[in-house]
Amino acid sequence: MLTEQLLSIGVNHFLTISVILFGLGMFAVMTRKNAIVILMGVELILNAANINFLTFSKYNGGMEGVMFSLFVIVLAAAEAAIALAIVINIFKTFKTVDVSSVDTMKE
Amino acid sequence: MFEMPSGAEIQSIISTLKGGAGYFIPEIYLSVLFMVLILLDLVTGKKNRGLLATATIAGLLGSVYFIFKQQTMPDVQFFFGMYALDRFGIFFKYFFVASGILAVLTTMVDDQLKKHESGMGEYYALLVAMVVGMMMMASSTDLLMMFLAMELVSLSAYAMTGYLKREPRSSEAALKYLVYGAVSSGMLLYGFSLIYGMTAETNITRISMVLAAHGYDPLVMILTVLLIMAGLGYKMGAVPFHFWSPDVYEGAPTPVTAYLSVASKAAGFAMLMRFFFVAVPHGFDMYVSPLHIDWLSILMLVSAASMIYGNVVAIWQKNVKRLLAYSSIAHAGYLLLGIITMDQLGTQAVLVYLAAYLLMNYGAFYVVILIANHTGSENLDDYKGLGKRMPLLGAALTVFLISLVGLPPTFGFIGKLMIFSALLAKGSLFMWLALIGILTSVISLYYYMLIPLNMYLRESNTPEEGVITTGMGAKIVTASLMILTLWFGLFFQPIANYAKYSTAIFGAFLN
Repeated sequence: MLTEQLLSIGVNHFLTISVILFGLGMFAVMTRKNAIVILMGVELILNAANINFLTFSKYNGGMEGVMFSLFVIVLAAAEAAIALAIVINIFKTFKTVDVSSVDTMKE
Repeated sequence: MFEMPSGAEIQSIISTLKGGAGYFIPEIYLSVLFMVLILLDLVTGKKNRGLLATATIAGLLGSVYFIFKQQTMPDVQFFFGMYALDRFGIFFKYFFVASGILAVLTTMVDDQLKKHESGMGEYYALLVAMVVGMMMMASSTDLLMMFLAMELVSLSAYAMTGYLKREPRSSEAALKYLVYGAVSSGMLLYGFSLIYGMTAETNITRISMVLAAHGYDPLVMILTVLLIMAGLGYKMGAVPFHFWSPDVYEGAPTPVTAYLSVASKAAGFAMLMRFFFVAVPHGFDMYVSPLHIDWLSILMLVSAASMIYGNVVAIWQKNVKRLLAYSSIAHAGYLLLGIITMDQLGTQAVLVYLAAYLLMNYGAFYVVILIANHTGSENLDDYKGLGKRMPLLGAALTVFLISLVGLPPTFGFIGKLMIFSALLAKGSLFMWLALIGILTSVISLYYYMLIPLNMYLRESNTPEEGVITTGMGAKIVTASLMILTLWFGLFFQPIANYAKYSTAIFGAFLN
């Protein structure tokens, strides 16, 4: 009974979760002002893509998607390292990580 | 579920990799150069600016030899279809090495970076890493490789933009570049994942075969194309993915601005051409119904919006770096016109235009740096009366700006002429785009010519006498860039022929 329910989870369930994650990520990026929260939103977008890759890999039978998502995880870590370095530098210079107040250049 | 490979399989994988490495020598060489530069910086300590710059230029020149040797090799895809060696890639390899060398030359004269207290070691290493990344962007034939190459370029570029750590504008530019870059690369990745879902392939040639054989859902396809366009449009700096560019161009150290505006944009175009020409089905005959939007219609809108927005907003700019940023948005629009034609003539025109853009934009930024070294700002008002005090630089800047407008007898004119003639050769279908292009070029004449107007015809509020001296090396670089811009404006045939030869690989995919 339980296994039947588990087996009925198909590609659509995974894709729905992925789309929801992507939407939440975009929402965070567009509405939040804190640089750290924006970067968290980016992580959500990357992980939404990862779920897609793994799902398609499982249902298409190839291994490319798994490989792709491994590389994406590594890249997300590299990007987070550079991003946090830049944000720390911003905090040292501007004493804030609010992206709307870090806006000295005008038209 | 997946069995471990046997010993024989591993042996065959290793021999494939060894075979592929023979086609990968320029990239390997430049990766080694990257590490050598870091080590050189560690060994020589703080007083090494001249040495590091010289080593970088020598190293980049050395890579030309390896690229030249590749010209006799046949076109191949290697590393399990991840990467290709072909004429198109080789053209861009030359292009990126040239832009890397020019970036080092511009860095050498920049006072702001000279005064930077914590050394320049990582800067040159990052510059070389970006050259490698851009070469890979132009030659990758696999979604994974494309994404990795693009991230290599982006991550190096973020660090270079924020290189002046104590300068608030530089840090702010880095933050903006990072936020927009991270989001758009996430969207690109999501688009790639959808393509992988539709086709179960990551190699672009096989993707096009699967899409042609099995068809696809147009709605999913248009969504995918939009997501991928967001990622590539960010690299190209085209409307509506341009929000980062004015602030980043203004805040970043000027040599980095020049490098981003030319090289990273060209890499975006190279990837766009390879991806959309090869992977995604196209052609107007397939879409008779006007309700169907294909990637070409999207590109047309992006191109028209870029030309109009970039040129119109540039009129009000008071900062020359910011003005050039808006002009670079407009140039992305002109370059897209060549891609929209979807034929060899248009692709050839794009390559010629990029070569022209390399010379004229670097030239303009080079002079802007030399002037900023003296005046300490990039404001248009500070250019007043400078023409008489720096005769060579004034003349050179005027030539570069005329070339950016696209007036004869300069290289920029040839580029624009080829793009518009390729567009008009397709008939009346693209007439409206050509009209927008020509009208916006007229607008651009106004704001570009504001700079010479200020330099020659207006007097400074605080008049000073005497000629401003610049170093001999700077004079030689400025003069040779100016002469090349004029020379290729008259004798453009070799470059046009080479560009045509480089686009031949798309023969089967273009109509």
